[in-house]
Amino acid sequence: MMFDPQVIIEKLPEIGSGLFVTIILWAAGMIGGVALGFVVATLRRFCGPAVNLPLGFVVEVLRGTPFLIQIFLLYYGGPFVGLMLDPTPCGLIGLTVYSAAYYSEIFRAGFAAVPPGHVEAAECLGLTRMQIIRRIQIPEMALIVLPPAVNLSVILLKESAVLSIITVPELTATVSAIGSQQYAFLEAIFLLAVIYWVLVEATDRLGRLAEHRLARLRFSKA
Amino acid sequence: MTLKLFTLLLQAAISTVGISLVSIAIGFVIAILLSAARLSGKAIYVAPTQLFISFFRGVPLLVQLLLIYTLLPVIGINVPSVVAAIIGLSLCTAAYQAENMRGGFESVPKGLIEAAEVTGLNPTQTFFRIRVPIALRLTLPALVNEAIMILKSSSLVSVVGIIEITKMAQDLASSTYLPIPIFLSAGLIYLVINWVIAMLGRYAEKSLAGTSA
Repeated sequence: MMFDPQVIIEKLPEIGSGLFVTIILWAAGMIGGVALGFVVATLRRFCGPAVNLPLGFVVEVLRGTPFLIQIFLLYYGGPFVGLMLDPTPCGLIGLTVYSAAYYSEIFRAGFAAVPPGHVEAAECLGLTRMQIIRRIQIPEMALIVLPPAVNLSVILLKESAVLSIITVPELTATVSAIGSQQYAFLEAIFLLAVIYWVLVEATDRLGRLAEHRLARLRFSKA
Repeated sequence: MTLKLFTLLLQAAISTVGISLVSIAIGFVIAILLSAARLSGKAIYVAPTQLFISFFRGVPLLVQLLLIYTLLPVIGINVPSVVAAIIGLSLCTAAYQAENMRGGFESVPKGLIEAAEVTGLNPTQTFFRIRVPIALRLTLPALVNEAIMILKSSSLVSVVGIIEITKMAQDLASSTYLPIPIFLSAGLIYLVINWVIAMLGRYAEKSLAGTSA
């Protein structure tokens, strides 16, 4: 294989813009997914079976079908119900809704894992409802929720590559287009793999660092 | 949507299930080998194994598939695209399965391994007769999850033109202008298959729980 770094260096600005789109989509999808997922988990826990069952069904459907099918449905099916979306907003909505389903399950497990005894103990000690949520429930949940949440954000970064199929100008689409134009497809795909690999490893390490920090914080104050 | 379209999707489902099953099976065998390499404790086996697992877990499957499709012909291997897709899916799931198995292998009680050694089993026997059966029982739920993941991920092989549910749905949607019913039906088929996998998994867990260690 002949590797010509010149090709890549010339195209660095384009690759940078693709990387930028990927990171923005990833971050926005994650923030949107966490927010929506938290709302869904809260509604499912506190609003009775009339809310819990239909939401549970939607979550199951989102978790049980491929992301690509969901994106196709939104992108190609949307216009038939008056939802004309450009690829990028369509991708962002897709990522948000898809990740919200998974985040909601993580939060649900988090809620369930806070022992009721801790909440009762806090009540007996005279903490207010807000204090209990802020000082007992959220810190305990955070510790349980963090590892799967980091895991999910890594999955989300990788799923965002799928958006290249509906021509979102993110990293995969940009770099593979450069590869075809320059007749250097293999080099381009290698580069692409390495960029994702570095991003994923970095996220993973950061997540583990945060877990250690959080665990230490918790035990030092206990 | 007519029944004929749905039948076409169902036929394509056979190819989705076939590709996924073969990939999971091959990936499983590779994962066992990777676990053995990692448990050997020798750096020449452990380091490449870690690198393999980290790479295939760190790169999007779509990029892996593109890489394998481009790489195979360059290094002189010309195989049908289905085979390339299966290679891609197998390598990816092998990395995930090996990572899942790690927890299982770590929780095999030390005493059992020592007992096996004292009884005179060689390392290979200890691995296949003691470690693998115990570790696998512990990793079964994760394996079922992985099977579901691969079934969903197999939709990506549509990108390289293999006719399975997603590709069929895409072709039908563009030729009939009925994307909503077609993609909904495709989703439904995936959902039902995943449901069956989950049920089989629960059944397997239950029947394994009954047998003694």
